[in-house]
Amino acid sequence: MTYKSSVPMFWRLQGSKYRLVGTRCTKCNSVFFPPRSLCPKCRRKGTVEEMTFSGKGEIISYTIIRTAPEGFEKYVPYAVAIIKLDEGTNISGQIVGNNIEGMAIGMRVRPVFRRMFEDGDRGLIQYGIKWEIDKGDSTS
Amino acid sequence: MKRVAVVGVGQTKFGEHWNSSLRDLSTEAGALALKDAGVEGSSIQALYIGNMSAGKFVSQEHLSSLAADQSGLLPIPATRCEAACASSALAFREAYMSILSGQYDIVVAAGAEKMTDIRGETASAALMGAADQEWESAIGLTFVGLYALLTRAHMQSFGTTREQLALVSVNNHKNGALNEKAQFPFEVSVEQVLKSPMIADPLRLLDCSPITDGASAVVLASEEAARKFEKPVWIAGSGQASDALALHDRQSLTEMLATKAAAKIAYGQAGLSPGEIDVAEVHDCFSINEILAIEDLGFCEKGKGGSFVEKGNIARDREMPINATGGLKSIGHPVGATGVRQIADLVRQLRGECGKLQINGAKTGLALNIGGSGATAVVHILKAE
Amino acid sequence: MDIGIVGYGAYVPRLRISVEEIAKVWGTNAENFRKGLIVDEKSVPESDEDTVTIGVEAGRNALLRAAINPKKIGALYIGSESHPYVVKPSGTVVAEALGLGTSLMLADFEFACKAGTAAMQCCYGLIKAGEIDYGMAIGADTAQGKPGDALEYTAAAGGAAFVLGKDPLAILEGTCSFTTDTSDFWRRERQDYPMHGARFTGKPAYFRHVLTATKNLMEKLSLNIDDIDYFVFHMPNGKFPTAAAKTLGIPMEKIAPGLVVKRMGNCYSGSSPVGLCATLDIAKPGQRILMTSYGSGAGSDSFSFMVTDRIIERRDMAPKTEYYLKNKKNIDYGTYVKLRGKLRM
Repeated sequence: MTYKSSVPMFWRLQGSKYRLVGTRCTKCNSVFFPPRSLCPKCRRKGTVEEMTFSGKGEIISYTIIRTAPEGFEKYVPYAVAIIKLDEGTNISGQIVGNNIEGMAIGMRVRPVFRRMFEDGDRGLIQYGIKWEIDKGDSTS
Repeated sequence: MKRVAVVGVGQTKFGEHWNSSLRDLSTEAGALALKDAGVEGSSIQALYIGNMSAGKFVSQEHLSSLAADQSGLLPIPATRCEAACASSALAFREAYMSILSGQYDIVVAAGAEKMTDIRGETASAALMGAADQEWESAIGLTFVGLYALLTRAHMQSFGTTREQLALVSVNNHKNGALNEKAQFPFEVSVEQVLKSPMIADPLRLLDCSPITDGASAVVLASEEAARKFEKPVWIAGSGQASDALALHDRQSLTEMLATKAAAKIAYGQAGLSPGEIDVAEVHDCFSINEILAIEDLGFCEKGKGGSFVEKGNIARDREMPINATGGLKSIGHPVGATGVRQIADLVRQLRGECGKLQINGAKTGLALNIGGSGATAVVHILKAE
Repeated sequence: MDIGIVGYGAYVPRLRISVEEIAKVWGTNAENFRKGLIVDEKSVPESDEDTVTIGVEAGRNALLRAAINPKKIGALYIGSESHPYVVKPSGTVVAEALGLGTSLMLADFEFACKAGTAAMQCCYGLIKAGEIDYGMAIGADTAQGKPGDALEYTAAAGGAAFVLGKDPLAILEGTCSFTTDTSDFWRRERQDYPMHGARFTGKPAYFRHVLTATKNLMEKLSLNIDDIDYFVFHMPNGKFPTAAAKTLGIPMEKIAPGLVVKRMGNCYSGSSPVGLCATLDIAKPGQRILMTSYGSGAGSDSFSFMVTDRIIERRDMAPKTEYYLKNKKNIDYGTYVKLRGKLRM
């Protein structure tokens, strides 16, 4: 549980956790979220730079967790999906909000900001991005 | 290339061992393997032990020396190997390569895990150490959850059904019912699997291997040394490969690329094709993983694993017996001990010592041990001669 | 150059609990509360929502409408009485999440239900003084109401964010406050729920401050009721703002667009700010909106806004308040108790 109770481990990732700062390789244009510091394709011949992802994408697989690991009990049942981001890379994320039971592969999602984890009553509250089903109706 | 043989095998009963500690279990399995080989401890030159997470399960690191000490093998070199649930296949492979290198003639490869000294949810969180801490564990994923994601993708791409998945558990429990070392030696029906509690949709309780205590050990010998033993079983191929740790970083959610790569190496070394394997021990930590293994080891075409199982092909008396002694599902899955337990069971099959579970005339066997959600795959092929 | 709101955004969690559902548990008459308070149901945060997450969602909507580089924001003030930490600002998390810069003036505010409007005044002052170009003010709460208390029927969750600056969609024509030491509602350190003065919260508290601040601002700007198209008053329930409007002789249709309390309850620091967002969602260029907040303890901040042509292009750039009010799912009392951490375990 080190990651979840370590302040520096979380702090280091805040940009990525809070607003999807990833990286891209300037040589081959591969994009990375979660960020990578070395492009696996170009290795030392490539250079990576920061790139912020929109968070919009679609579900390519999903599940609903009904038996949670330590620290996630109060969120049960919660949905987790692998999301293909529009920029062209995949990320795992929780899906919240409406239509969880009607979730399906191919559905569009958009990012929302939520609490991810609380380190007990005294420790840090970790925030981050979760996703909700995007029916394209929010600004109509 | 020089040959290496397995000359002795040992396994504790798998289950909840309230009266035995990690050191007790390791020692018991080692003693059983040495007894089976008929070799004295003084002949053992090195020990490789697989263990995933003794640090989290029983707050004990540095297990290698502890095991050597408790087994009375001091001062031989002892090395711990870790690749999550594939830890002891790694230990076996390291032991194999240490003999191939010419350093040693007789080496022990073992695996041990003591998982029930902590609460189930704590163990579940500890197991997630094998996944991506920052991006998978951090969002509340569990191992059932990870395999559920793989299951859903497989169902979507190939039409694999819930019943087909259930039949994996049915097959393995049917075999395990006759295995006296198994944690859950009883049969289950498709209906029981489909009515068991949902853990992570679409996977249910009876799709999942349990939390288990146990240890396993084998004795390996160089070709020269092996001649002195009664029933050597030969290592014909050993392949290991890696894939991205996190599922979201994989190129495919419907195949285990590490399994394919490791299998290709092992088949090549053995000079065998999938159709020439008589019995296979595959990593059925969750039902979907056996279907993926069947496809990625080449026992059937990609996407046809579900119907391969449905046709009954994996039963003991059919063309491709899989997990003939019960698999992780029925025998139990003390994560760091499973890889060597698979080898031990294959050796007993190839020696013809499996009694009611014997696959008649088995001459070649394959073991697939997987770490995490597929980031490590280790394939071994054994031959009777 | 005119200073005012360049971007605004509301956020209301989707869960609701009805007055009936609460009344059923406590054996009270739902109809009495429904009619007496003019509240049908209240919003409830999910277990992973709090003032920070509400602030980020509202802030993101405000930035979408402002359509400016977030790094240009020079100050962020968040008003709430449910900051997730007692010590550690909500604002730092919100700023990092919204990608604001690091040359940022920032503090968390608390003044019961008016800390959000106090944040607006601070941003306005800094912009007017030429210290910053843009400032963001947020009012958000996941309000506490003791189980069984009258407050439980209304204490809700939600919030609104405003980017203030030049070239606004609504010019801030003027603001003033009325502040006294009047203890009608308070919460001591380490207490989960506030205490309140029951009927004392009315005349000497809410009405005195809201009416005085409103009248003072109208006098300061030489405005009368007819000059103002919409009014938004703090909404502890539906009855108080309606009564305040009646006292001032304001026709009901002028408060109707901002009277969100009936459908979502009172989200404390976010209450009148969400009402303002709902009003901006429908206002036309050239219309004037007067908003008066109220914070127990006690004080009121009053603002006059003149809507500009900019509203037309910016209104549809983010979800409107109505989207959040419509997007709802009702829960039972048991679920509510679990989500709000009211179970002793």
